[in-house]
Amino acid sequence: MKLIFELSVQDREGASLPKLDVPEQELGIQAAQLRSDVPLPEVSEVDVVRHYTALSKINFGVDSGFYPLGSCTMKYNPKVNEAIASLPGLSSAHPYQPEGLSQGCLQILHELSADLAEITGMDAFTLQPAAGAQGELVGLMMAKAYFSKRGERRTKVLVPDSAHGTNPASAAICGYEVVELPSDSRGGVDMSELRDKATGDVAVLMLTNPNTLGLFEGNIIEISKIVHEKGGLMYCDGANMNAILGVARPGDMGFDITHLNLHKTFSAPHGGGGPGSGPVGVKAPLAPFLPKPTIERDGDRYFLNYDRPDSIGRVKAFYGNFAVLVKAYAYIRALGPDGLKEAAENAVLNANYLMRKLKGAYELPYDRPCKHEFVLSGGKQLAHGVHTMDIAKGLIDYGFHPPTIYFPLIVKEALMIEPTETEGKETLDAFADAMLQIAEKAVKDPELLRAAPKTAPVTRPDALTAARRPNLRWRKADEKPE
Amino acid sequence: MMDSIGIESIEELFRDIDEEIVLRRPLRLRRSLSEQELMDELRGISEKNADANRYARFLGAGAYDHFIPSIVPHLMGRSEFYTSYTPYQAEISQGILQAIYEFQSFICQLTGMDVANASMYDGASALAEAAVMASNISKRREVVVSSTLHPEYREVVRTYAEAHGLEVKEVGWEGGATSASELEKGTSERTAAVLVQNPNFFGIVEELYEIGRIVHGRGALLVACVVEPTSLGLLNPPGGCGADIVVGEGQSLGNSISFGGPHLGFLAARQAFLQKMPGRLVGMTTDTEGRRCFVMTLQAREQHVRREKATSNICTNQALNALAATIFLAALGKGGFTKLSNLNAQKARYLRARILELEGFEAVFTKPFYNEFVVKCPADPARINKRLEGDGIIGGLPLRGRYGGLEESWLLCATERNAKLDIDRLIEALRGIAR
Repeated sequence: MKLIFELSVQDREGASLPKLDVPEQELGIQAAQLRSDVPLPEVSEVDVVRHYTALSKINFGVDSGFYPLGSCTMKYNPKVNEAIASLPGLSSAHPYQPEGLSQGCLQILHELSADLAEITGMDAFTLQPAAGAQGELVGLMMAKAYFSKRGERRTKVLVPDSAHGTNPASAAICGYEVVELPSDSRGGVDMSELRDKATGDVAVLMLTNPNTLGLFEGNIIEISKIVHEKGGLMYCDGANMNAILGVARPGDMGFDITHLNLHKTFSAPHGGGGPGSGPVGVKAPLAPFLPKPTIERDGDRYFLNYDRPDSIGRVKAFYGNFAVLVKAYAYIRALGPDGLKEAAENAVLNANYLMRKLKGAYELPYDRPCKHEFVLSGGKQLAHGVHTMDIAKGLIDYGFHPPTIYFPLIVKEALMIEPTETEGKETLDAFADAMLQIAEKAVKDPELLRAAPKTAPVTRPDALTAARRPNLRWRKADEKPE
Repeated sequence: MMDSIGIESIEELFRDIDEEIVLRRPLRLRRSLSEQELMDELRGISEKNADANRYARFLGAGAYDHFIPSIVPHLMGRSEFYTSYTPYQAEISQGILQAIYEFQSFICQLTGMDVANASMYDGASALAEAAVMASNISKRREVVVSSTLHPEYREVVRTYAEAHGLEVKEVGWEGGATSASELEKGTSERTAAVLVQNPNFFGIVEELYEIGRIVHGRGALLVACVVEPTSLGLLNPPGGCGADIVVGEGQSLGNSISFGGPHLGFLAARQAFLQKMPGRLVGMTTDTEGRRCFVMTLQAREQHVRREKATSNICTNQALNALAATIFLAALGKGGFTKLSNLNAQKARYLRARILELEGFEAVFTKPFYNEFVVKCPADPARINKRLEGDGIIGGLPLRGRYGGLEESWLLCATERNAKLDIDRLIEALRGIAR
């Protein structure tokens, strides 16, 4: 495929702009401050339409087919939510327009906060974080402020070895020393290691529950107790909330802070890698530290409260990824209490069904009922020289998006599979068939898998050269890099 | 399905959750709604807001009214794009990968930098990440921000700096621009970076080159922040003025304002700082058949590989908003983008000249500006705004509470969206108020 820049033809114009309807004036800007050239392509409107339509056709989304990317909850994104977020009163509202003219936006934010608090068992929410990782950072910043206010200096954050990479990265950015907690043979937190490492200088234990193996942390009550006894706080990475909606709540498990990924659990589309949204809920003692402003209600009037002396401040301009918040709000309103619980139940049913079908052909390192996802190992296939990477690429030729691979790090040759609740039995069966056929091919014709995919727009890219000689941008032929 | 798992009820799959923490009641949420009921309900809520189609609006301050060509939402709405996720599987993600590569190229071209990443959350958090990045490069812990930076951006920098253990100092302004003498005094060999917005919060074009000279004299990095990127159709790219890192907000490029988000952060740098950059990068390479293709690359900087040693914790970014910006820039092209910048500058000049004809309104600054400017009002700007609402006009941003000494001042913005007719209507309404 050509690049948009390679379609450029001198003096071709695609845009139609209004004529200048005011008398033209001198700009009053020194010539030295003005640019001599605006190096953008010159293409027609239809050139642009065909170019990006062609690009869309070589991209795979949930609407293209089954997308069991573990830990990412690639559920179907209801189209009505897109229509709602595009309503002019929402999509064109300015964050600084007078509060009296923003009551609809503020109402949505206020009600969404309350709904999320109920769903998670937390007392208060901020909707400001733009994604899960920023939510983690906000959660840890609040913990830091909380301890600082109490005059306590705690320097460590405990993170299980099965955690998402963002957990240790967020802790490090927040200035904490990261202490890794090993998992036990059942895939949960190793309790004796926890007792050792939960010392008085631990600020927070970050835990994903259900964890990245798709397993519910059976000792969660005990874990919370141990951490709390030492004065530490419990942080829930809510990336896997889809498994327990309406069934159990982080707030009831002893968690003090939790973030949610609205683009996962609450059906907002993932957008090719964002925008996401990562609201954070806290128990009452941490509420004073929430980012500002908070959205509050006085009678029938909603308002932004900036008067928050203990707030950690802001992590983003304005109030969060509003349009994503609107989609999550619409999803909650559409499903209601029973619908949300049913979503979790079906997500868990689908995952267990698929796990059962694939167990045997693939190693299942932690063999017990899973929640919304499960992790297989490609160990058996590796014996035939077929890597998990080859299994993933093989799936592409069957028309499926591969699962998350090589994560969590504690499973060798990991395949992390999350079917979600929005898939029917037929899809799960077709996927299972493909996986079983691939397992057979791994024995009989491994070379075929190593050469996969054959049917995709491109074959495997040369990632090594991409990293060794990075080509990260287009340049005009006559333009010399520095 | 339950038979094949060997269970009789779905509850059995949840038996590993301790009785003590199982929720024994339905969630206290409102009942479910059909699609029709949902749409009606949300339309009702949305109509409690003012929308730009019913009001003439002269408000910018970090979120700008620009016309979005129909092809932008149309192409962004291709669900192969918006229902995909981070392109981990390159072979079936070439569409979004190539679009991001084009986005990186566009940002480099507009900013005059060597490399740009695949996007950040927004301009403010991109600026904070740039401060952390500059500190990691220079091994210095002090960050100096100009007070002409958007107040909320400065707050975000402070929040990140607090977490990261960086010290933040602020330098004042003079005539609406960063004070060169204060900058001389306020920086030292301890300074990691100086953060400057251009055009600044008051709409004024900063003397970036001069600022860069001072900053580089300290061995510090110049971080330029572009909050209104349509200005780059007119103004010299920051890279040409000595900026070492350029960050900004891409909302103006084809993204709706949506009450403040999702918008689009961008971050670009000199080649030498490539390995210190946060966030995802897409590179061009070839497949096994020698065909051009694209992959995420240099991932050893990132959290999923480096965990606590990563350059940032950012994972999901704003890919779809970056796609919108890419399509927007392609659609406008060289000619359109240049014209757009000029329209903005001209509308703002007309608006300013007309307001200054009115009795009681005074110029606050005289330096060159782009599409925003500050005027002093004969009455409290918040009260003026209130009066304007009745005329179907949303006025500018009152600066009271944001800047000391500018209590009676009003930050106004004009873009291509403000027809002469609307500007004249505002002037007549203000004339009535001034009387």
